[in-house]
Amino acid sequence: MKSLMLVALMLTAAMPAAAMAQDLGAPVGEDGPVETTATDPSQAQTEEGISFTVTDESAWSDIGIAIPAFATDRERATPANADGTGALGREVARVITANLRNNGLFKPVGPDSLPQPAFTQITAPTFSTWSGRSAEMLVHGYVRARDDGKLVVGCYLYDVALQDELVRAGWVVGPADWRRAAHKCSDLIFARLTGESPFFDSRIAYIAETGPKDRRVKRLAVMDSDGANHRFLTLGSATALTPRYSPDYSKILYLSYVDGNPRIYVYDIGTGKQTLVTENRSPTIAPRWSPDGRSILFSMAVAGNTDIYRVPATGGTVVKLTDNPGIDVGGSYSPDGSKVVFESDRSGSQQCYIMDADGKNQKRISFFGGRCATPEWSPRGDQIAFTRIAGDFNVGVMNTSGGNMRVLTRGWQDEAPTWAPNGRIIQFFRTEKNTGRSGIWQVDLTGQNERRLPTPVDASDPAWGPIRP
Amino acid sequence: MNTKLATILLLASATGLAACAKKAPEQLPPPPETNTGGNTMQPVTTTQPTGAQVGTQQHFAGAVGSSTTIYFDTDRYNVDSQDAAALQAQAQYFARYPQITFTVEGHADERGTREYNLALGERRATAAKNYLVSLGVDANRIAVVSHGKERPVALGSDEGSWAQNRRAASVIIN
Repeated sequence: MKSLMLVALMLTAAMPAAAMAQDLGAPVGEDGPVETTATDPSQAQTEEGISFTVTDESAWSDIGIAIPAFATDRERATPANADGTGALGREVARVITANLRNNGLFKPVGPDSLPQPAFTQITAPTFSTWSGRSAEMLVHGYVRARDDGKLVVGCYLYDVALQDELVRAGWVVGPADWRRAAHKCSDLIFARLTGESPFFDSRIAYIAETGPKDRRVKRLAVMDSDGANHRFLTLGSATALTPRYSPDYSKILYLSYVDGNPRIYVYDIGTGKQTLVTENRSPTIAPRWSPDGRSILFSMAVAGNTDIYRVPATGGTVVKLTDNPGIDVGGSYSPDGSKVVFESDRSGSQQCYIMDADGKNQKRISFFGGRCATPEWSPRGDQIAFTRIAGDFNVGVMNTSGGNMRVLTRGWQDEAPTWAPNGRIIQFFRTEKNTGRSGIWQVDLTGQNERRLPTPVDASDPAWGPIRP
Repeated sequence: MNTKLATILLLASATGLAACAKKAPEQLPPPPETNTGGNTMQPVTTTQPTGAQVGTQQHFAGAVGSSTTIYFDTDRYNVDSQDAAALQAQAQYFARYPQITFTVEGHADERGTREYNLALGERRATAAKNYLVSLGVDANRIAVVSHGKERPVALGSDEGSWAQNRRAASVIIN
């Protein structure tokens, strides 16, 4: 890993011209799964099955949660924080608090306005301290630096009224990955209190935008679900658009004008190399992964007419899935990979259609007036998010038959929804009238908790990856 | 192949006209920019550009004026009579300078989704190319590229700006 980075660095240093021609920055390098650990052997607690229920699950969004600083067994130096493991414990609690607050989940109170528990209190909280602060839930945790430099982070959730532990988990992470432990802890709390699947430990690929409206510079960029660990992957000399993370986060599909024409590339995050999705003179757009990562959908214009094609992710025979004089573009697989929802203007305007994964049984599903564009199948399988065009552009959801359509946003131009890994939250990008300024926003499935994501510059085309292992 | 495309184009222009006719004329989009003598066809023979070298965009624009670019209705890609006149001016120019190769850049206005607009820009540029080929320009001289809504020329968010951005522009790249 280290030597790989070194080689990559030497390569970029040795061949700046080649790097420019590809418009690629230095590779990020791959990262592996987070190791789960017993919460802490030193605590000598046996893992027991947890069978408590939350006091009131229906009103979980109003639940007050106290998240004091995570304790440390022994103050030690760590590359993760210049001030040592104690300061890192406070940062971990801050990240968890921000996660739960920013997503409109619960009413968290963070470490900066709470007393700091001692290490021994992590597994034996002083509940009277917290019940007096109208906290219904209590999060405790610790950070321990191992001799090999890795960090052990433990995370405990307590019901203050019941004075009982609801759930606990521990993880071993490299110092650079300390935020992932905070996200894992956020996911543990979220999943235990809501019964929903986790989503915080995930990443987002998107397009960073700068410059005037008629000469926008568009760069491929990635970030954690909370906007941290931001990286630009391309340099901006060529327009980059519409990225999609592979299900295992090892690759990104995206469109680049690096050779002057719109073409889809498969960018390998580990090696920093990229290849064309298909060797063809025709322009290729709108890349999508199959849920198992083995196939790639793309749209290709031949003699001006765009249809949808499929190719194995490792290259090989291209299969044409639609054959229609209208524009057929995009596509999003059902989670089981058996069907694809896509858009077509074969009826005279953009509408959403479903077909079998082999292209058979194409049928229109959107009949609610207005247009249906950029459909994205929910990871849960029961909903399809899309761009509804009816005067303004807004994010809508419908069931897989096109029924129960609901409009979730009210911007002037809200476009290109992407689902959180748990199918509860939708991100999209919003473009301002006249200025053309853009930003990534998110809204939850109920239409509540709309907020803008912090990005270093303007942003569009978000693509939310799956939960990380 | 060509007949099939021609049929599609004809069908498209028919539906295009029908759609236009049905559309309530709330406000007609202003005509595209008229920088060099309006939308009438510029007779190539009488225009002798001074200064610009043959094979440059300046020379081409000097010769055909605003006819370097044709404009489309919302979501349409048919070549109407005004477009046809402009493309005839282009075809005459390219017949006169057979060594010149060029690119037709297809564009869409901002009021469309990104990927659809890329496909639409491709359609528009190809429609312009096919028309030029039908006028005798060798297809091998014409490259096509779509920029979707990524490269507007008019920066407002209003009908007038959008009308200027729904375009296929012939560009000579040296």
